[in-house]
Order: sequence, then C-alpha cells, then structure tokens
Amino acid sequence: MDADRMSRALTRIAHEILERNRGAGELALVGIRTRGVPLARRLARALKEINGVDVPTGALDITLYRDDLMRSAVGPQPVIRRTEVSFSIDDRKILLVDDVLYTGRTIRAALDALIDFGRPRAIQLVVLVDRGHRELPIKADYVGKNLPTSLRQSVQVRLQEIDGVDEVLVEGEA
Amino acid sequence: MNVHAPASRRPPGGAPPGSGPGGVRLSDRHLLGIAGLTPAEITLILDTAEAMKEVGTRPIKKVPTLRGRTVVNLFFEPSTRTRTSFEVAEKRLSADSLSIATATSSVTKGETLADTVRNLEAMSPDMIVIRHASSGAPHLLSRICRAAVINAGDGMHEHPTQALLDAFTIREHKGRLAGLKVAIVGDLLHSRVLRSNVLLLRAMGADVWLCGPSTLVPAGIDRFGTHTTTVLDEAVENADVVMMLRIQQERMQGHFIPSLREYFALFGLTSARLRRAKDDVIVMHPGPMNRGVEIDSEVADGPYSVILEQVSNGIAVRMAVLYLLAGRDAAESLDA
Repeated sequence: MDADRMSRALTRIAHEILERNRGAGELALVGIRTRGVPLARRLARALKEINGVDVPTGALDITLYRDDLMRSAVGPQPVIRRTEVSFSIDDRKILLVDDVLYTGRTIRAALDALIDFGRPRAIQLVVLVDRGHRELPIKADYVGKNLPTSLRQSVQVRLQEIDGVDEVLVEGEA
Repeated sequence: MNVHAPASRRPPGGAPPGSGPGGVRLSDRHLLGIAGLTPAEITLILDTAEAMKEVGTRPIKKVPTLRGRTVVNLFFEPSTRTRTSFEVAEKRLSADSLSIATATSSVTKGETLADTVRNLEAMSPDMIVIRHASSGAPHLLSRICRAAVINAGDGMHEHPTQALLDAFTIREHKGRLAGLKVAIVGDLLHSRVLRSNVLLLRAMGADVWLCGPSTLVPAGIDRFGTHTTTVLDEAVENADVVMMLRIQQERMQGHFIPSLREYFALFGLTSARLRRAKDDVIVMHPGPMNRGVEIDSEVADGPYSVILEQVSNGIAVRMAVLYLLAGRDAAESLDA
C-alpha cells in the first residue's frame, strides 16, 4: 500500500462513516497510540472536508490496560505515553482508530480504557489494515485493506507524521 | 497489533514488548535512593509520571495495571503525606495494599526489623514501601527479601520519591531542570529530602544553592558540587526555584539554633525576601510546614507557592515508580 492508496482508503472510510452514522453530529475520533493517532487526525480532516463538521479527536495509550504487562519474565516495562481525551465521551459515538488489527487484544484493552472515561452510545472500530489471526471475538467496522498474512510475517505501517513516509509493508515469508 | 503477540510470534529482529525508543529501563529492582539512578532513569520516571498524572484527571481514577499485586506499606515513623500518597498511588493502579504502622504492630513487642520483614515476606508481597528512622534500613531489607523495596524515607539519608516529585513539579513549571538556579534553605543537616534533591538536581544539571545556619550545614556537603551560603538573600537572588526545608525539631538533640524567632528573622522566607528571586519563581516545601518558622504564611499561600501541587504530583510519581518496578522479576537477583 502506498501513499496514494492509503489516502484513498481513508477518504472512502470517511464516506462510509458519514453514511452509516447519517452525518458527523455525535461522532468523536479516538486514535490508539502510536499510529492510530495520526490516522484519527487524518480522518478528522477528511470528515471536515466532506461534511464541514469538526469532529473532536483524542489519543489513547492502552499500556496500563494490556493483558500481557506483568507476564513477560524479565524485561523493561513498556513506556507509557499520555492519554488525551479532552472531551466527554458520554452519549457520543466513538470511532476507535488503529493501524493494524491482528489478535484483537489491543482493541480489548482500548475498550476497557475507553469505558473508564464514560459511557459512549456506541464504539465503532476503524483500522487501516486487517491482517487476520484474531484471538478474541473482535471485528472492525471500517477496514482500509484486508491483508491476508501468515503468522511468521509482520505488517509494518509507516506514516508521514511519525516515519516520514506513507506505506504498508509485509515483511517475512508467507 | 504486534505488541500483543506472544514472543514466539514476534518477527525476527522485532523489538521486545515495550522497549520503546531509547529502551531505557530501571537497572535496579529496588528504589533505595537517587544515588543509584542515572539521568536517563530519572527522565524515564518523570516521563512515566506525566502519563500517570492524566489517570488522576479521569472520572474513574483507576487503571487495572497492578491487579493481583500486593504492596505492603511499612511505616516505622509518623507520616501522613507520604503514606497516604503511596496508598492512593497503589489503589489507582489496582494493587492490593496494606499499611502497617509500627504503633499497632509487633515491633512494639521487641521484634527486630529483619524478623518483621521475614514474616511479612512469608505472605509474599510483591513490593514493600518502607519508612524508617534509621538510615540504611531499606538497603538492609533489599538484601534479605524477595519483594522490591521502595525507600519512603530512611533516617537522615534519602527520600527518593520526594526528590522525584519535586523534580516533576519543577519540570512542569520550567520545562527543564538543567541550568536552573535552585535554592534549598533550612535544616540541611537533618534533611533526607535535601540529600535526595541535591543528588537528583545535580545529576540533571541544575545549579544548586544551599542555605542555612552554619550549625545546620553538614560537613562535606560541597562534594556534591553545590554552593553553600549562610545569607538567605544570596541564595534567593535570581533563583528559579526556592525550596524551603522544615526545621526538624524531633531530630535535634542539641542547640542548633538560638530560638525559632531568631531563625525566622534570619532564614524565614517572606514576601519581601522573595522579591530578589526571578519574576516566575516557584516556592516549594516538602511538608509538613512550620508556618512562621521557615516560611511566612503569606508566601506559603501566595501566588508563587506550588506546595499543594507537589502533593498531587506525588501520587503520579509514586504510581510511576510502582509501575516501573513491578515489571522486574523478583527471583532475578536475590543475594544468596
């Protein structure tokens, strides 16, 4: 996936979001750190271009909710970054944004984290890439691209804001 | 996402979980003092505390991170701030915590520190937070127990979480620590807060000025690369931060000062004296304050005072320390 296809996928998702929710009225975007955050901001821009509405956008760090935190034998604790959700999520429709959907465990943690901020009317999941291999009953509502992979492969999403380039790479043998 | 995949699934050459940019970690599994920390480790704790502070602003001020972990707070000396701050930090991280104050424990029946701790160990806590009147008590514990030990103040030695929360508060206001002029005024001799603060501030490149009556200046304090003066105006002149220390009457076994009134006249921080400092100076005090002895009420409650912020920041900093130490493997380095 290159920059052009990524941008078209995000524009399509923005249209799908507006169609499904009949406008952007009660929506809010929450990106999962790290790469979900710039993706959420880009979606906010796309929604504004199409609909003219500013959708509040936040950032969620799910580290404190991970299910594997205290399980690794010896190793550094993951670095925690700030969660920034400056608006009330009560009764809003939250669009949770991440780059890659894989086991589903990150999303499980994100759902727990979000619910500690209030009671949203609904939570919908947006991912740029769905690579399969779910370990939990979780499914995305909006997908940029379905990318069948093997477990030996790794999917790298690089974004302009963080990595200086927009691309999705699959590394390793199938 | 990849971060949640078990180790066997991680791509070859992929980063281990959470070894973020830089990959800093705490090298010791205890926090015994600032003396053992590198500047990178100090920065890691302060950065982690920033994220923890956000948890305290949520409607539900609790995260599940330390669920199932047990923390024992063992306080052999009176403490309100530090003990409750640790307790709140533990609760916000969902740890199971219990606090033992010596007045209600078997210590009053003559049990030694080592025996008390061995018995507590039999209940397998993951971490022990200890405050003790004897310098070095946490170090002794760290050699005999499996749990991670956090020093919450030992005698006249160190009080590392206080120095960390002071640094956190300074960084929040000034954006940095390096190059700031920090004046620390008061009972330098008996203060563990001073020792930890000097070690931390010097490690981070601050310009530290110490001020107190010559009877309360410990010998050899200049070794840390600080300036010492007995003239308050000299210390406060152009300062970015003025930190007042409590006159510790309970630790004074001799006549160190003629009288509290004379002490206030010479070393008490008043609005008039504070005018010599920078316009955006902040005034700090680790508490408990003796109003009218080391600090005038007008200053303590005034616009430059960040004393109550220090208390709320203490929770975030202690959450960061608990979180960073909890990941360390207990069996890793127990001296045989």
